Amino acid sequence: MHSAWLIPVLPLLGFLLNLLFGKRAGKAFVSAAGVGSVALAFVLSVVAFKVMLAAPGHRLEIGYGEWMGAGAFSVPLGFVIDPLSGLMMLVITGIGFLIHLYSVGYMGEDKGYGRYFAYLNLFVFFMLLLVMGSSLPLLFVGWEGVGLCSYLLIGFDYDLPDDVPAQAGLKAFLYNRVGDLGVLMGMLALFAAFGTLTIGDILVKAGHLGPQLGFGLLTFATLMFFVGCTGKSAQLPLYLWLPDAMAGPTPVSALIHAATMVTSGVYLIVRMAPLFQLTPLTMDVIAWVGAATALFAATIAIVQTDIKKVLAYSTVSQLGYMFLGLGSAGFAAGFFHVFTHAWFKALLFLGAGSVIHALHHEQDLLKMGGLWKKMPVTGWTMLIATACIIGFPGTSGFASKDEILYLASLKSPVLYWMGVAGACCTAFYMLRLFTLAFLGEPRDAHAHEHAHESPATMTVPLVVLAIGALGATAFGWPAAFGGSFRIEAFLEPSVSYGAAAAEGVVRHGGNPALMAAISTALALGFAWWGWSSYKGGLALAEARAAKWPFLHRLLANKYFVDEGVDAALVRPLRWFGNLLWKLFDVIVIDGIGVNLPAALTRVSGDFIALLQTGRVRNYVLTMGLGALLLLYVFLK
Amino acid sequence: MTTWMSTHLLSFLVFSPGAAGLALLAFPERQARLAKLLGLLVAIALFGVSLRALSLTPDASGWLFLEHRPWFSVAGLPVDYRLGLDGLNLWLALLTALLVPVTMLATWSSLAKREGTFAGLLLLLETGVLGALLSQDMLFFYLFWEGMLIPTTFMIWIWGGEDRRYAGTKYFLYLASGSLLWLVGLLYLAGQAGSFSPELMAQAAAGLSLHAQGWLFLAFVLAFAIKFPIFPVHTWMPDAYSQAPVAAVPVGMLVKLGGYGFLRFVIPILPAAAARHSHVLAVLAVVAILFGSLVALVQRDMKKLVAYSSLAHMGFVLLGLASLSVIGVQGALLQLVNLGVSTTALFLMIGMLERRAGTTMIADFGGVASRMPVLTGFWLLAAMASIGLPLTNGFVGEFLILNGTFTSGFAWGRVAACLATLGVLLGAAYLLWMTKRVFWGAENADPDGGTAKLAQDLTARELAALLPLAALILWIGVHPRTFLAPSDRPVAQLLSDAQAPAPAAPALGTAAGSAPLSEVHE
Repeated sequence: MHSAWLIPVLPLLGFLLNLLFGKRAGKAFVSAAGVGSVALAFVLSVVAFKVMLAAPGHRLEIGYGEWMGAGAFSVPLGFVIDPLSGLMMLVITGIGFLIHLYSVGYMGEDKGYGRYFAYLNLFVFFMLLLVMGSSLPLLFVGWEGVGLCSYLLIGFDYDLPDDVPAQAGLKAFLYNRVGDLGVLMGMLALFAAFGTLTIGDILVKAGHLGPQLGFGLLTFATLMFFVGCTGKSAQLPLYLWLPDAMAGPTPVSALIHAATMVTSGVYLIVRMAPLFQLTPLTMDVIAWVGAATALFAATIAIVQTDIKKVLAYSTVSQLGYMFLGLGSAGFAAGFFHVFTHAWFKALLFLGAGSVIHALHHEQDLLKMGGLWKKMPVTGWTMLIATACIIGFPGTSGFASKDEILYLASLKSPVLYWMGVAGACCTAFYMLRLFTLAFLGEPRDAHAHEHAHESPATMTVPLVVLAIGALGATAFGWPAAFGGSFRIEAFLEPSVSYGAAAAEGVVRHGGNPALMAAISTALALGFAWWGWSSYKGGLALAEARAAKWPFLHRLLANKYFVDEGVDAALVRPLRWFGNLLWKLFDVIVIDGIGVNLPAALTRVSGDFIALLQTGRVRNYVLTMGLGALLLLYVFLK
Repeated sequence: MTTWMSTHLLSFLVFSPGAAGLALLAFPERQARLAKLLGLLVAIALFGVSLRALSLTPDASGWLFLEHRPWFSVAGLPVDYRLGLDGLNLWLALLTALLVPVTMLATWSSLAKREGTFAGLLLLLETGVLGALLSQDMLFFYLFWEGMLIPTTFMIWIWGGEDRRYAGTKYFLYLASGSLLWLVGLLYLAGQAGSFSPELMAQAAAGLSLHAQGWLFLAFVLAFAIKFPIFPVHTWMPDAYSQAPVAAVPVGMLVKLGGYGFLRFVIPILPAAAARHSHVLAVLAVVAILFGSLVALVQRDMKKLVAYSSLAHMGFVLLGLASLSVIGVQGALLQLVNLGVSTTALFLMIGMLERRAGTTMIADFGGVASRMPVLTGFWLLAAMASIGLPLTNGFVGEFLILNGTFTSGFAWGRVAACLATLGVLLGAAYLLWMTKRVFWGAENADPDGGTAKLAQDLTARELAALLPLAALILWIGVHPRTFLAPSDRPVAQLLSDAQAPAPAAPALGTAAGSAPLSEVHE
């Protein structure tokens, strides 16, 4: 498998081709390079996956020498393909391919067609580096690289007069950068602790250590890594960039801001699972932050009117469930939710994109309605995705979410009930979204009249994703309902990394069937409530908003967190920068230190100034004479 | 000729640009175009010759090339003619030789007057910078170090803006006064050692009391700190850079000497004092990083913004050097090269905008990307390099510096490294915020604003100036081994020599002096 480097390099090649020739070469060339390179990468990923399954220990390690080094510090250039990274590679290139294909239709009219595919291919390259890299710095290359692509794609329509995409891109980059600092500091601490940054070496060494109960270097490192996760995976308190990121094209939201990039935080923790298991403090933080995010974001989603914003807050919330699973020591459960979520959330975004496309870039739910008849494929696939995300019995979302809630209930009943409350909100806002978009009477007759089902390049990916969303249960089904959680055994070599499973973590007990029954029954009740609230139009909702104006304003303004950050952080920072500049540079150093003595000297300097003629030749002559004089003095 | 070159390569590289530069200065104004063209050809040819350095292999003591003979004596102190090329200065020297033709190409049409003089001064500066980089004798080094001031001061005076007198004079006095104090220290130490050779000076310094070493360290460091520049002796820089953008790049060539000189001479000559006072340097470095970044955040002029950003980047260099660890010093050395590449690229592009629009105020722009997409692409690359995005040069340098600092073994190491990472965040904030205001958004509708005057994307000459810099950004980022490998052994050697007590010295302050250093190398 020495040729594994081809898998990330193919999309890189697509990027270069589209960057250099995309403008002149025409759409056929751009599509072929853009979609083709990812398709080839997918085929090679399947091959690599099969080779990996046949390999001893289910792990392929491929090295290409040293990447960077200085003194005792050495980072190899290498890839690891094991069940974890192999599955991620399939998701990235597989779902990535579908979304590239969908983009051919969705972006067909855009003037920046070549640029769009260049960025999208570059994203796939970096995302593959992130999951394949055998060392933390290489993972970090991908980690920051996908952030760059996210920045470029959110701000894709950079020349809009209202500046919204450019501002959103900047915000995304900076919030992610805060998280990236966490990863950076985590790496510094791990290098200090283990003397290496190769993931395999760290995990093997960590396997010989006991739990770190005090606040030592390892706890610091894992906590910092989790800070990185809150940035990239949009958790409290760094989630603020993700809703704004919806300013980017919708397929980008599906690929980057739902299916792949935002889940890299989960990937990082599962990748380093043996290390995280050693630091119980960090695990607690992860679980509580995850649960809080899951509930918090779900409440905001209830009142959003932009179809993509609803889905964005939904993504933040679902990512919270993943971290709740990880923090409850359910590494496989958390990762399984990444897997199922990738299918149904990508599907939801692409379905929303199909609706937006049909309504000529109308994103306001309040102006939709009655699209079921006009867009049957989009409607049906959206319904499937909705069933999955609310955890309707029998769907993949049911399997993955209930496993997480069950593990959370073993850690703390409070965590479980927070998760259940979030699930109820999820059921409500998803049925609200579906009802407002597809059912009832059309609220904008003009837009409705021109609505049409999308072309095949867009509907085929929808259907394939719907099949995947339903079929994902093949990888795991709760044991309490007669299935087996296969993905756990499958991921075992990646999660344990050869060490014995951590002790002291409760993995059984309780009553899984009862837990699942409670949460599902409640969620279905809220789903019915969501449907019945909006099936007759907006009247009922408006009446409720008028009844509780404070609550409605609080939710509609997203708890005023953006405003708070601006007032508490951004403006003081600028004020402080100005103060430093004016106080130190202008007044203290230059004023008192430099210009005052200069003014005193100027009087005497005026005399010497007579010698300054301003002609370079005169100066050169003087310099030459001076040099000769010096030479004479020295050599005498 | 070939045989002469094979024994005098360094002399040729150091002195021929200066000779050519003097000749160009003698050209009358009406022949300026010819002088400019000749200057460019000479600079390109010299860069070609300098590439011969890449084919050299180090000898037993690490020299790739050494020219050494006794020269003359001052007051009984022998001065040697000693030019040496090794892993420490190889890439800095090559970069200097590259930046001269690049600067000429990029400013080809942006000088309003005396184009021949500019080429001449630039070549004279090349002599000064290469001379200082290659000198292995302290007096020799000092002469070149001072000599560099002359052409750059003239550049600010001749091509500066309204406040050019003030900026140029401030620049000259700032840098000259720092050097004077250093000269006193240097002469004192030379008198103790009976020589200007750094090795003998190191032995002599080791024999002095820790107290005396501390004063010498202060005299040395002040001169280097001004050149760096380091907070609070940096205020010459924003004025010089923003008054004379064409001088920004030449001055940038010279400030590299601050960091390089500290590594080449201060650490080996005064190792005990360097270890003892490293925490002071680290504090100054962190302050420079945070101060520079915060002040850059609020600048309204692109030139000043990038000037303050280079202050922050220099803070990283100083932090790496203060760590006295192989990893940190290697990172600092690479970061010096990085600054010459990415900050130069940023300044050159601001100059290109200024030539077209006549302004560098951020508020005058907006929507530049629609008018100049190619320039925008290069800008993004250089900005990402400056921010330290992986796979660009900036990441490798900063990452090594941070790792070296965190693991340095000094008590301040971990805190300083964590604080310095904040600079990485702020760097993204000020550069990308400015990028948003200048390049993104709708085109600035003001007919007198900057954007309206941008009629043409990059010219072929401007492209030729930016392409090598872009290539270096990616090359260093993707394959840093090329740039780190030559200095790996010399840096390790330098630091371990600095740790070993000099043979002639009496037991040098073992308790306080060398203890931190030995911790570093465990």
